[in-house]
Amino acid sequence: MCDTCGCNVTPGNAHLVQPGGRLSKTADGREAIDILHGLLHANDHSAEHNREHFNKHGVLAVNLMSSPGAGKTSLLEATIGVLKDELSIAVIEGDLETENDAARIRAHGVPAIQITTGSACHLDAHMVHDALHQLDLDKLDIVFIENVGNLVCPASFDLGQHHNITLLSVPEGDDKPAKYPVMFRAADLVLLSKCDLLPVLDDFKPENARRYLRELASSAPVIELSSKNNEGMDAWLHWLFSELAELEHRCGEIAAAPETA
Amino acid sequence: MHELAVCQALIDQVEEIALRERADQVLSIHLGIGPLSGVEPHLLEQAFSIARAGGVAAGAELLIDNLPVQVSCDQCGQTTDALPARLLCGACGNWRTRLVSGDELQLLHVELVRQTGNEITESETTRQQQHERIN
Repeated sequence: MCDTCGCNVTPGNAHLVQPGGRLSKTADGREAIDILHGLLHANDHSAEHNREHFNKHGVLAVNLMSSPGAGKTSLLEATIGVLKDELSIAVIEGDLETENDAARIRAHGVPAIQITTGSACHLDAHMVHDALHQLDLDKLDIVFIENVGNLVCPASFDLGQHHNITLLSVPEGDDKPAKYPVMFRAADLVLLSKCDLLPVLDDFKPENARRYLRELASSAPVIELSSKNNEGMDAWLHWLFSELAELEHRCGEIAAAPETA
Repeated sequence: MHELAVCQALIDQVEEIALRERADQVLSIHLGIGPLSGVEPHLLEQAFSIARAGGVAAGAELLIDNLPVQVSCDQCGQTTDALPARLLCGACGNWRTRLVSGDELQLLHVELVRQTGNEITESETTRQQQHERIN
């Protein structure tokens, strides 16, 4: 939503700003100012700036979110293992402490920038912007941003990514989309990870996870995946390549468009 | 946990507005928050009591409107109330709906005190335009 055309006036808040509504009145001697900005205006602005950077260089930016230990780094390792000769990849790692995940990625010969957030439970667009300055975007095809493991806070902060991917690992239980609707609503793709554990953790029903996701009115595709036995990897890589092609197409159109004042 | 970060962003924005409007004091800050914004209003209130200290909003009151979750159905076209984790159409039960309210995280309105001058500010114009857009 933008702050200039009025599209952030929703049916939920319109009554507040209409004449006679509570926000239309100004008490004597006081100045009342209507704003209708998103609270995270500064973050959103910075995120848009990051997105422009990615678009300008034709780099696909993917934000990976999940609870801690759902297999984000393992998925990246498996993905890099298959793609590193074909595509140029970099990873931005977000953790409260340690360089452990960045070290795991670097061991595969791929650049990784570790952001340690201290006590902050999420990455924000400013942190990602700082990390981007350490990467040569001209030489990259994909930047994966591995967010802090947390199913709550990261969902509220746009980083400038093209797509959000949420992982739901089998040991967590199939009702996580119902319990964390904000996170799963934000997902453009949901990966059910650690599916090699399905035979032992048979109370996890992938169809239930799908149903809970649909009840959030989400049409995001769901892929059952295991970074361990490579189940579902083809579908995941297919998704990545089609998004890369789509981005190239979009960036080509932007480059070809006549410049406007 | 991220409410303090959200609150800090709010205070920064309010201070910017106060500076622009040459205000000496902020009396109230009015927010609209939907349950699907990912921000808990009562946690934001607690964070606000810490984050407001020392600035132009130090004495400001925080007013929060909890906005309803509503969806519009792609199939039957009706707009109905929904639950945050169940965004199905209340009329026909279809899951292909669009959220029309419920994910807002907005600064709606700020009340300021100015000691000098009564000049018409651009905020008056903004408000007028806002009303025109809605009507």
